Amino acid sequence: MSPPDMKSGLLVTPAVAWLVIFMLAPCLLVLSYAFLERGTWGGVEYTLTLENIARAFDPLYARVFLTSARIAALATLFAVLLAYPAAYAIARAPRRWQPVLLFFAVLPFWSNYLIRTYAWIVLLNREGLVNNLLKALGYRGEPLSMLYSEPAVILGLVYNYLPFVILAIYSALSRLNPELIEASHDLGGGALRTFWRVTLPLSLPGVAAGGVFVFVLSIGNFVTPALLGGGRFQMIGNLVYDQFLAANDWPFGAALGMVLIAIMTALLLVQARLAARAGGDTARPA
Amino acid sequence: MSSVRAPSRLGGLVLAAIFAFLYVPIAVLVLLSFNASGLPTAWTGFSLKWYGALAGNANILHAAWNTLVVGLAATAISTVLGTLLAIGLETRRRKGTAIEALAFAPMVIPDIVLAVALLTFFSSLDITLGLPTIVVSHVIFDLAFVNAVVRARLKHFDFSIVEASRDLGAGYVTTFRRILLPALAPAIIAGALLAFTLSIDEFIIAFFTAGAGRSSITLPMQIYSMIRFGITPEVNALATLVMGLSATVLMISQWLNKEQAP
Repeated sequence: MSPPDMKSGLLVTPAVAWLVIFMLAPCLLVLSYAFLERGTWGGVEYTLTLENIARAFDPLYARVFLTSARIAALATLFAVLLAYPAAYAIARAPRRWQPVLLFFAVLPFWSNYLIRTYAWIVLLNREGLVNNLLKALGYRGEPLSMLYSEPAVILGLVYNYLPFVILAIYSALSRLNPELIEASHDLGGGALRTFWRVTLPLSLPGVAAGGVFVFVLSIGNFVTPALLGGGRFQMIGNLVYDQFLAANDWPFGAALGMVLIAIMTALLLVQARLAARAGGDTARPA
Repeated sequence: MSSVRAPSRLGGLVLAAIFAFLYVPIAVLVLLSFNASGLPTAWTGFSLKWYGALAGNANILHAAWNTLVVGLAATAISTVLGTLLAIGLETRRRKGTAIEALAFAPMVIPDIVLAVALLTFFSSLDITLGLPTIVVSHVIFDLAFVNAVVRARLKHFDFSIVEASRDLGAGYVTTFRRILLPALAPAIIAGALLAFTLSIDEFIIAFFTAGAGRSSITLPMQIYSMIRFGITPEVNALATLVMGLSATVLMISQWLNKEQAP
């Protein structure tokens, strides 16, 4: 049944206007800054240039992009490796437990990002719980300084985005047609082989959705490297931040932001294609 | 999977490990907020003195007030805009991807990019930064989430009731008020509560659109500057209160949205 006419055009107008004026226009404006020259006292000179874009690919900054990509990729890998068994266990739990388990797996995701990151500073600092546990277990060396390192940044990212990956993989697993699994068993596939040949391939769209999400949010992250990296691990987000609030080079900051958006858009498009293809596959009668 | 499901001990272990990973850091932080000594190391007894210290800290109270004002204003605007958007998108005849993409974008755009874009935009128009600019900015992502929650409910909504109402001579406004609004109320409230928690927890966009000085500082900004300064039990107490509030609001939201779901 087609929904009735509710003056739909009129209803969407206020929100669309808000998003066009306060999201689309500012994003286009800042992107256009990428092609302008830097003003003497901050701001821009209205002279066209490609210098900022070229500078974003300068080896010095290309290295920051590569570091960010490496950190984001590792965070994605570990998040998926932890999330998959968890999502699988939730999907196999008794049906009435599933919503509750899922809710509590996702709950931390909606709470304050800064606080969740701070929780790790409390645990990992030189006088923190982890060092105290080690001491209690007989460790007699210098307290470990685990904070302000690349592993700490990766841990922070994994911790913060894990709930979403669990959610994404769980929703793929719960949509999986149980008859396919039964068919595999009936045809003599063991539990492991059924998982490897049926369950895992069919849940890959969920893995892709969760993975792309972690990667995109990690590569542009600014809070985690600032807090758990102690400012020693510059990622693109921190570089963009510096250009706007410290170096006052807005056009270069805009150019960096543009590269970030390009990476993000490319990944989301790839993921959308994967999802569409996978959707086509499972839609076919099994 | 029902026929192949066996009660799995391994599954239970996996879940216990993951939930420990997710909740132990938060539990430690909360526990230490009640620690009398104030050191992150040794437990010296239960005390509420750090909560008392918060109540006497004018900076924190000021930030909390600003956060509440921003959260309520952004929630009010985004609930109206997001609900209308959801109904409009769900009932329109001509399907187009442009508006869908626009409504989805705030959920995926990196917040640092949106933050610098808004800073550039406001300063190019010579708009003074402050609480109103934070509200305007928060409405962007808040309305996207309200839209998502309300649309999910509309997917199960039987529009023939709306048709009937129109056939019986009710105008658009009456139909909206008497039919759609009551049916959608739980989802609208759930969306509003979600928008509120997102707004009171949001840091980066607020940080860029608040302007210089302390007058428009919000709680997350306050927490950020305290964390950078070091670990203090006062931050633990503040963090515990903020998380407790968010978790409560979210549980109400979840419960409302489940309550009448088909």
